[in-house]
Amino acid sequence: MSFCILGTGSALPSRIITNDDLSQMVDTSDEWIRTRTGITERRVCTTETITDLAFQAAQKALADSGSSADELDLIICATISADYATPSMACTLQMQLGATCPAFDLNAACTGFIYALDVAAGYFSRRPDQKILVVAAEAMSRLVDWQDRGTCVLFGDGAGAAVLGKGEDLLAIQIGAKGNITSLYAPNGWGNSPFRSETMAKSYLHMDGQEVFRFAVTSMVQTVEQVLAEANLTKEDIAYLIPHQANIRILDSAVNRLNLPQEKCLTNIAKRGNTSAACVAILLDEANQTGKFKKGDLLAMTAFGGGLTTGACILRWSK
Amino acid sequence: MSTFEKVVEILVEAKDLEAGNITETSTWDDLGLDSLDTVELVMSVEDAFGVSLEMDETMQTVGDVVKAIEALK
Ligand SMILES: CC(C)(COP(=O)(O)OP(=O)(O)OC[C@H]1O[C@@H](n2cnc3c(N)ncnc32)[C@H](O)[C@@H]1OP(=O)(O)O)[C@@H](O)C(=O)NCCC(=O)NCCS
Repeated sequence: MSFCILGTGSALPSRIITNDDLSQMVDTSDEWIRTRTGITERRVCTTETITDLAFQAAQKALADSGSSADELDLIICATISADYATPSMACTLQMQLGATCPAFDLNAACTGFIYALDVAAGYFSRRPDQKILVVAAEAMSRLVDWQDRGTCVLFGDGAGAAVLGKGEDLLAIQIGAKGNITSLYAPNGWGNSPFRSETMAKSYLHMDGQEVFRFAVTSMVQTVEQVLAEANLTKEDIAYLIPHQANIRILDSAVNRLNLPQEKCLTNIAKRGNTSAACVAILLDEANQTGKFKKGDLLAMTAFGGGLTTGACILRWSK
Repeated sequence: MSTFEKVVEILVEAKDLEAGNITETSTWDDLGLDSLDTVELVMSVEDAFGVSLEMDETMQTVGDVVKAIEALK
């Protein structure tokens, strides 16, 4: 059921939006955003598309893995903010990379990367010797309401990717869902259908912050404990926790409840904000590129998000 | 341990506060706690006492939380 990570990559838009920039747009302040979320700045797409960023992240991951696109057997993209409803982001990437394999998108909101790893694990159990590209890419700037200070300060854009190959490094993985259309949702538009009578809520992202906060802390703690138990490990065995970056306060609270030393919890939220599915993938790549991981390190990943979805896994680093 | 003592213990453990500085009349502001700290407090209280609590405008002080817990126990 397993695989190993052969390479990682990530890409960010060039435009930096600081908290002070946001204070010019909505009634907020650097102090409020920093203390309530831990975010100081985020990247936002201007001229680049999210497909461009996904492509760059994928190319870097392929280079890092020493693979070429024609070796790929499958491309999975985790996204809720692709440029097209069709073709999928994965098919667009397949074209741009010059790959010939099947390709599809998956929607599990912020848990998308971990859902994609779980799906990939299924393909590896069917055929262990293959290469799968997993990309998580989000332009949250197209989903948030830039007039709503309660949400626009939290999110950012970016893409992360990983090339998976034959191996036994996925020690445990669990995904979950608890269907809910009130706590965290972003409706699709109706186009110009003349037959549709009911008007929908605006297509922006809507969120009950405190309810999501509670769900986040509880699910992070539960899912990490579950995958540790499944892999027959204790938290002392974990070299790093690579959690979804929604709010530093969520991370502090969960790390405290898990009784993990703070320095084991990797975070880049200060400069990236919440890039939804891309968070875990970008964080993994940034740690890989800075040489943080030693061969054999055990990594715990965990995420939660719209759906409501949850997911966690234990991965051995063997690069 | 009284309900108040237990709530103080939770606050000290989660928020690094001095037990001696917490009284029944302490407000969240007095203790330097913001709305997310109170959300966390409610979560810890629910775990510790096995009750289900709603944080609302009527809960302004440590004593208010203690009263709410006792009413539910
Ligand atoms: C969004 C979040 C930071 C809000 O924090 P909070 O403490 O719950 O804040 P509240 O919504 O209770 O708002 C407190 C006050 O701050 C105000 N406020 C909200 N956003 C603000 C902002 N950006 N700047 C200044 N004030 C703000 C509110 O209007 C409210 O004012 P009021 O008390 O006068 O009504 C927090 O709930 C959170 O992070 N939740 C989880 C969200 C999440 O993870 N989402 C993604 C999941 S993948």
